[in-house]
Amino acid sequence: MRIRILVDGKSFGVKQGDNLLHACLSNGLDLPYFCWHPLLGSVGSCRQCAVKSYDSEDDQEGRMVMACMESATQGCRISIDDPEAVRFRAQVIEWLMVNHPHDCAVCDEGGECHLQDMTVMTGHDHRRYRFTKSTHRNQDLGPFINHEMNRCITCYRCVRFYRDYAGGEDLNAFGAHDRMYFGRQSDGTLESPFSGNLVEVCPTGVFTDKTFKAHYTRKWDLQTSPSVCVHCSLGCNTLLGERYGEVRRVLNRYNADVNGYLLCDRGRFGYDFVNSEQRIREPHGRQAGAAAGEDLDQEAVLERCASLLKTDNSLVGIGSPRASLEANFALRELVGADHFYSGISAQEYELEGAVLKALREGPVRTPSLREVESADAVLLLGEDPTDSAPMLALALRQSVRQQPLREAMKAGIPQWHDSAVRGMIQDRKGPLFVATPVATALDDIATEALRAAPDDVARLGLAVAHVIDPQAPAVGGLAAAAQALAKRIAAALLSAERPLVVSGTACGSTVVIQAAAAVATALSVARAQTEVDPPLLFLTLSECNSLGLALLNPKPLAQLLKSGGKGVGGTAVVLENDLFRRAPAEQVDALLEGRSLVVLDHVPHATTERAHLVLPAATFAESSGTLVNNEGRAQQFHAALAPAAAIRPSWSWLRGAHAAARPLEAPPVSLEDLRNACAAATPELAEVWTPAATAEQTQTLRYAEEKVPRASFRASGRTAMHAHLNVHEPSPPADADSALAFTMEGFSSPDGQLIPSYWAPGWNSVQALNKFQSEIGGEQRGGDPGVRLIEPRAAGPSCYPDAAPAAYAARDGEWLVLALPRIFGGEELSNGSPALQERTPEARLVLHAEDGRALGLEDGDEVEVSAPGCSLRLPVTLLDDAVPGVAMLPLGIPGKGYLALPLRASIRRAPA
Amino acid sequence: MERPLTQNIDRGREPLGLKAYEAAGGYQAVRKVLTEMTPEQVTKAVKDSGLRGRGGAGFPTGLKWSFVPMGDDAPHPKYLVCNADEMEPGTFKDRVLLEGDPHLMVESMIVAGYAMGADVGYIFLRWAYRLADRRLRAAIAEATAAGYLGDNILGSGYSLTLHVHVSAGRYICGEETALLNSLEGRRATPRAKPPFPQVSGLWGKPTIVQNVETLCNVPHVINRGADWFRGLSRTEEGGTKLYGVSGRVKNPGCWELPMGTPIREIVEEHAGGMQDGLKLRGLLPGGASTDFLVEEHFDTPMDYTSIQAAGSRMGTGTMILLDDGNCPVGMALNMQNFFARESCGWCTPCRDGLPWIEKLLQAIENGDGHADDLDLLDAHARDLGPGNTFCALAPGAMEPLHSGLKFFRQDFERHIAGKGCPWS
Ligand SMILES: Cc1cc2nc3c(=O)[nH]c(=O)nc-3n(C[C@H](O)[C@H](O)[C@H](O)COP(=O)(O)O)c2cc1C
Ligand code: SF4
Ligand code: SF4
Ligand code: SF4
Ligand code: FES
Repeated sequence: MRIRILVDGKSFGVKQGDNLLHACLSNGLDLPYFCWHPLLGSVGSCRQCAVKSYDSEDDQEGRMVMACMESATQGCRISIDDPEAVRFRAQVIEWLMVNHPHDCAVCDEGGECHLQDMTVMTGHDHRRYRFTKSTHRNQDLGPFINHEMNRCITCYRCVRFYRDYAGGEDLNAFGAHDRMYFGRQSDGTLESPFSGNLVEVCPTGVFTDKTFKAHYTRKWDLQTSPSVCVHCSLGCNTLLGERYGEVRRVLNRYNADVNGYLLCDRGRFGYDFVNSEQRIREPHGRQAGAAAGEDLDQEAVLERCASLLKTDNSLVGIGSPRASLEANFALRELVGADHFYSGISAQEYELEGAVLKALREGPVRTPSLREVESADAVLLLGEDPTDSAPMLALALRQSVRQQPLREAMKAGIPQWHDSAVRGMIQDRKGPLFVATPVATALDDIATEALRAAPDDVARLGLAVAHVIDPQAPAVGGLAAAAQALAKRIAAALLSAERPLVVSGTACGSTVVIQAAAAVATALSVARAQTEVDPPLLFLTLSECNSLGLALLNPKPLAQLLKSGGKGVGGTAVVLENDLFRRAPAEQVDALLEGRSLVVLDHVPHATTERAHLVLPAATFAESSGTLVNNEGRAQQFHAALAPAAAIRPSWSWLRGAHAAARPLEAPPVSLEDLRNACAAATPELAEVWTPAATAEQTQTLRYAEEKVPRASFRASGRTAMHAHLNVHEPSPPADADSALAFTMEGFSSPDGQLIPSYWAPGWNSVQALNKFQSEIGGEQRGGDPGVRLIEPRAAGPSCYPDAAPAAYAARDGEWLVLALPRIFGGEELSNGSPALQERTPEARLVLHAEDGRALGLEDGDEVEVSAPGCSLRLPVTLLDDAVPGVAMLPLGIPGKGYLALPLRASIRRAPA
Repeated sequence: MERPLTQNIDRGREPLGLKAYEAAGGYQAVRKVLTEMTPEQVTKAVKDSGLRGRGGAGFPTGLKWSFVPMGDDAPHPKYLVCNADEMEPGTFKDRVLLEGDPHLMVESMIVAGYAMGADVGYIFLRWAYRLADRRLRAAIAEATAAGYLGDNILGSGYSLTLHVHVSAGRYICGEETALLNSLEGRRATPRAKPPFPQVSGLWGKPTIVQNVETLCNVPHVINRGADWFRGLSRTEEGGTKLYGVSGRVKNPGCWELPMGTPIREIVEEHAGGMQDGLKLRGLLPGGASTDFLVEEHFDTPMDYTSIQAAGSRMGTGTMILLDDGNCPVGMALNMQNFFARESCGWCTPCRDGLPWIEKLLQAIENGDGHADDLDLLDAHARDLGPGNTFCALAPGAMEPLHSGLKFFRQDFERHIAGKGCPWS
């Protein structure tokens, strides 16, 4: 309910029950704060948000209150401008500054620092403290986070985020009085996969981005752009920062529906592959049969393209789940829909098929991450999202708070009153049931965690579905314990207000995905006649554009490979993809045999090695495009820098090649035209690229013919950047693909989709975001980025599988080897980032401890894994919390190429 | 003169064991409430007595109890916590009770526990009170063996488990909500109120935190009634009070006297007056975190209302005396040194303001004071006031500073002008 409050005599509309700080900020008022954070709520420790509160019109005295600790009530009166409050807030800054080193000039936070902003806001400018300052020892916290404790102002945000919000345990508050210390018990890498958020949560320069420090530049000299993370299927929104042709850092870009204020460490620190020495920077040609090739110039390359593509009117094109929709569409246009193949493995294709079926044909809605956070009972089947879709894991950590939170609110504690809420609900958690083959990082918050092979996970899921809706297939021969567990899960889901089922392709099992969909379907059947909210089904996918690629209806790669490419032409065009990661080498070899191969990509791999023509593709950081996340949300990313001379976005190469090869077809060459063509050809995408939206994204129509500058108006070094080469300032690169420009000038306050950085007068830190939101913690003005493409249909009988799979039976001497996703080391692109490489643990096979003992193994011993077409040697980790007869093999072991997981293999101790 | 709280105490011998305590009328209140009274009647009796908290704030005890959710759907377990942290400088009254009559403490916990429907009780004990720890544990063991504690006490259906928890030894652990955090194994920082502990206290459950001396009055109120209790006092506020005196008097100590005994009478008659050659300049009436009173106030009765009217607080009722042979600046420094060290580090004004104050006082004491230092001290005394800080520690710390600067300003000025302490 909206109410009105009086601030310094002026009336403002606010949400009833919001705290007064939140209410003031939502109304655009400036009130300084530190310990409060929109995600973390209030604890009232910093005393920075002090205002005067008056009991009535007659109350002239008022009393000092902390705005963040008071609920807004109808007609309440406060003053921000009251001289006593103004003076006290400046005094608070003076206290905070007592021990602060004032090292702004050499501080990584400088120029983007909440402490600087708040200091200026309060007007404190004269230091009266004349004694020595205290100093602290800094810790080595690993490759991501730099620690500089002297700058700490003791706002407690770091520990509240790290421990209370993200469930981390190795960062803490130590000491007392004015000797507080925030760090680890001893030096060492911060363990939480969300540690990078400390960079933005900490309002000072204590925790800063170490990867940024390695190629530091002043933040106002960065050229920035709105982008989308390419390191998993969730599509978190990011802000890229570039200088001198190098991506320097990734910051959170707020999207209320997706990642909110946060990112995972893979997404934040995985960017450095863009700057890799290994990047393909020149087009490269190799004549058929020749061992070595040569770099080609632009003209030669298009000529070569034309000759390769012209001679062949039945080209075959292989798309990519990590390339943009536009690039995939351009490829499909070039080769024709009949010859457009999905660049994913046979297993992946099947898994994705199961997900797509559930999303497109099922009756259950797939929620945004924000909706996941508000789910109040969760069943997680098959995978640990901490490794496969990290931000989902963080969202689930909030879901388990929902039911206890309701209790606290019933007791009259406002939700923002964080310490009181946590004090009341303590460690109580709402229902989260986990069923996976191996221990997960969410087990610590799980109501019950079951270890089972995928088929048994699916059986449990179907048993739950059957309890909820008898129409779902019965599961024969289920053990009594599993049956009882299924009943408990069903009861928890049925009694919840917003039940959620989670699974995804990382579990490697279509039956598990089907079972998850079946549970969700059963719930929607059971709840159909009631007033309650429908259930939710969240399914992860493997890559940043897995769903986008699928929407273009590619044919399965396996089909092409099985036929050895019979019936398709003599030239294959491969888009941003290493086929040797997607299929057995013999099959790929057979396909490539005797064919000409054109590959577009940004880093070299086994497939580019084989190519006759390699076209240097722009990464996501150098191009604009669209990705569709697992939720079916299409989101646009934009270049932070113009690609180096010889590099072009894949779509642009493909359009150029198309035009060169078949001039009569003369395909449109602008991104806008491409999008329009794609929308026309693909009804599901029509909504993303309405003509108006496309024009808005790519043209200058919007803001009185002005483009949005990527550089801040504070950029200090523009004229000096190239002065050592030429005193004439080069004209900035043009950008026809977006409404952004590589300049300092233009329309500097865009909304929603096109915000390249958060800045507002007096707000230089990331918290300037306040000024872009219609309400703090809510939508951005102008709407949040992204268009949802898939909505549920009415329930049909087809949503249940025909029968449950048989129970998993371990066979003597044989293991079921499953893929084990890993947050660090498990994803192709981010693996190219040095900081992530440092965090990537040694690849080990996970075995049940009993199996290990039977093989005479100890932790760390080497084993050989052999199966047809697979022979591996690696050390083992023995776990009690795993399934006998099941082995887990980490994904993305460098140099290991493709493995057809899951597979059955024999395992033995490796000979010395 | 009746001394219900200390009637069993003789420092020359061991405290009464169970049998002797029972023989002296002990555990009668337990029997009475369990057999004759409903919890609501117990709470009402306490309310009627006018008993106020003896831990420092003087909050009406019965009123506090009435906020606890009662009845069948009240959350459980409920907790009763006895605040025996007693870290306030100059305060040593609870120790007298804890060491002197541990069974009275145990009985008080049972009676109060019954009134609020507590399932578990904790006695949160100052780290240094080793003797009290030993004696309390012995008393609890005896009481448990005799059926006064544990399941189904005396067949009444009421059950209470009682634990002694020895504090790690921080002043802030005595602040009731920091105490609860500490008891939960968290950092001892205070909690925001509301919600009050009665609603969401220890482990999120209804909890009452009560001072030792407050609780020890309860069995007597039950046995003898509210009118008797009120009659013990020399003023409107009922009961007796443990008053203490420290400083250079002839006979420092702690005495149970009628509530409202005037300051001068306590100092002159019980503490034996000032040591020869010394004159009383001022005193902190209720521990280190209360305002100075001076000559003009010495005839004030020591009760909550009168001391407040005189411009200070009754606090714990244990006075710290400043004589004319001692330096008020040194005394202020000593106290601020304590408060700065004991700040929990949670809120900015206290965490960073108190050490600054301490450094300023140290500089003044060392002869390095600046002319405008007193302005800074004044500003702090004002800015660390109630409402500006998160809990009452810092405002408490400012009480002696603020009033010290008012009453002894010439001393501070002399230190600055004369570059050092005239006493040293
Ligand atoms: C810094 C600080 C220290 C305190 N220490 C004690 C203490 O040691 N013992 C005590 O009973 N109350 C102490 N209190 C008061 C308690 O917070 C609380 O008011 C008291 O225990 C309530 O009991 P009562 O109502 O019986 O007085 C302290 C308060 C503050 C702010
Ligand atoms: S390290 Fe940063 S976030 Fe943590 S308390 Fe210090 S200033 Fe606050
Ligand atoms: S969760 Fe996925 S999309 Fe989000 S930041 Fe991490 S890797 Fe990127
Ligand atoms: S006033 Fe603040 S810093 Fe001081 S003890 Fe209380 S909460 Fe801690
Ligand atoms: S923001 Fe309100 S007290 Fe810190």
